[in-house]
Amino acid sequence: MTLNINRVSKTYANQVRALDGISLNVEPGEIVAVVGGSGCGKSTLLRLVSGLDNPSQGAVALDGDAIVSPHPKIGIVFQEPRLLPWLSVADNVGFGLAERPRAERNERVAHQLERVGLSDKAKVWPRELSGGQAQRVAIARALIMRPEVLLMDEPFSALDAFTRVDLQDHLLDLWADTKPTLVIVTHDVDEAIVLADRVIVMRPQPGRVFAEIEIDLPRPRDRQSAAYDFAKRRVMAALDRSLDRKVTTDDGETKSDTGAAMWW
Amino acid sequence: MSIAEPAVVAERQSRTLARFAKPALGLLLPVCLAAVWELLVYWGTVGPPQTLVTLWTYATLALHKLGILSSAQIPLSLPDGRLLPPPSRIWATLVELAAAGELQRHVAVTVGRVAAGFAFGVAAGTLAGAITGYSPLLRRLLDPTLQALRSIPSIAWVPLFILWLGIFESSKITLISVGVFFPVYLGVMGAVVSVDRKIVEVGRVFRLSGTQMVRRILLPAVLPAYVIALRSGLGLGWMFVVAAELLGASEGLGYLLVDGQQLGKPAQIVAAIVVFAVIGKTTDWLLSLAAAPFLRWEDRYGARS
Repeated sequence: MTLNINRVSKTYANQVRALDGISLNVEPGEIVAVVGGSGCGKSTLLRLVSGLDNPSQGAVALDGDAIVSPHPKIGIVFQEPRLLPWLSVADNVGFGLAERPRAERNERVAHQLERVGLSDKAKVWPRELSGGQAQRVAIARALIMRPEVLLMDEPFSALDAFTRVDLQDHLLDLWADTKPTLVIVTHDVDEAIVLADRVIVMRPQPGRVFAEIEIDLPRPRDRQSAAYDFAKRRVMAALDRSLDRKVTTDDGETKSDTGAAMWW
Repeated sequence: MSIAEPAVVAERQSRTLARFAKPALGLLLPVCLAAVWELLVYWGTVGPPQTLVTLWTYATLALHKLGILSSAQIPLSLPDGRLLPPPSRIWATLVELAAAGELQRHVAVTVGRVAAGFAFGVAAGTLAGAITGYSPLLRRLLDPTLQALRSIPSIAWVPLFILWLGIFESSKITLISVGVFFPVYLGVMGAVVSVDRKIVEVGRVFRLSGTQMVRRILLPAVLPAYVIALRSGLGLGWMFVVAAELLGASEGLGYLLVDGQQLGKPAQIVAAIVVFAVIGKTTDWLLSLAAAPFLRWEDRYGARS
């Protein structure tokens, strides 16, 4: 299932132009990371693809099927776990399977919880989970629906560095089960390079695609290797260039946006 | 068969103790105050013990020397409990009323009125709160009017309700319903409006229909606030039943108050007040007890023991 983003623009009601003519094709099973400075419309893009918001111009389509509202084949994991506090962990994971027979639901929930390593937490309330555990439950809740496209909006940004690295590896492991298309928005360059086949660098005000960088490294990727370092430097350079220059805003005035090292 | 470790047994015992000891802590203050009052009135009627008189004499003398009291000859006067009867006399009044079947009748009438008023008030408040919370248009349409009505002291309705509905049950139950309506309405509307958008989005991602969204996301999300709204509604229900019964009733705990005032029976007034306190607290407790199983998931500051 090819995800097709065709010249999509988004202007909010307060006249803020968040995205301007974004085009992007994502092949089935591909992992794409979207990076860029804050306010470059990364999250907006993800919301448009998920169908939670609609573009002002252009269209998003999954195999030619225009997406105007949340689609059964597209799952999303937000920056916060967004678990329902009144449901146990198991019921949260099985939230989308309410229509299925109980036996099937229980079996799939048990399997999915095992895959994220939280079988022993099935009965507890979300409040009793750590940040990393809660985010794993959120990932399980999305994956149990067997999405063809999984969108992730800075899913690990609220976690500490160790947990984050763990979960990145864990995510690749989960991805290998069914190989869904993965679009992951991040401001962590390391995360982008560890995970993605392709990194999209966006530039802000309004959000546009600035560069596309193929990451042609074999998996699992060694975070210490020279090739990894090289890829990282390329992405960092593109990010810096996306910001460290005069940016022309819509009403024609130019505004110097220095502070390359402060791109996040 | 397993033999429990002594430490485990001890822990279980201390937990049982804690379960009864913690609510008992709340009884400490009223029981102490009642005991002191009882003792003072008892001494006031039979005469204080010699030690107390001696103590009083020394105390006044000392205060006189310190220049706080102008005279050292202040006689010890203790209350006789005529206007504020001691617990024993209140208890005797209660027993007397109960033996005659009066107490049960008045309590039943009052509880019936509160129950009916509470039911109507909660139904109307929930409905109005839910629709104004759900629809911004209806909120703009209805909320200002309801807020204006809310700022009217509800007792002000009494003459009108009596004109419209007569002096019997309907006007009383209507007044109680009005009292219950507003806190429930406000609580429900506030709760629905402030449901976390992020949680609602989760429902949208899973493509819940309107009714599914209400049942699976909105209802559980507003439940904690709803229980609080019901409890404050119930509290106001008890307040308004007294207002309604004070203003003309031949039965009910409020009638016992008026009767006690007119016939000069303070013990009966305090007895009725105590019954109000006990029933009010009990119904509130029952309400939170009934809600507790649905709210175990809450992550609250107050939940720590």
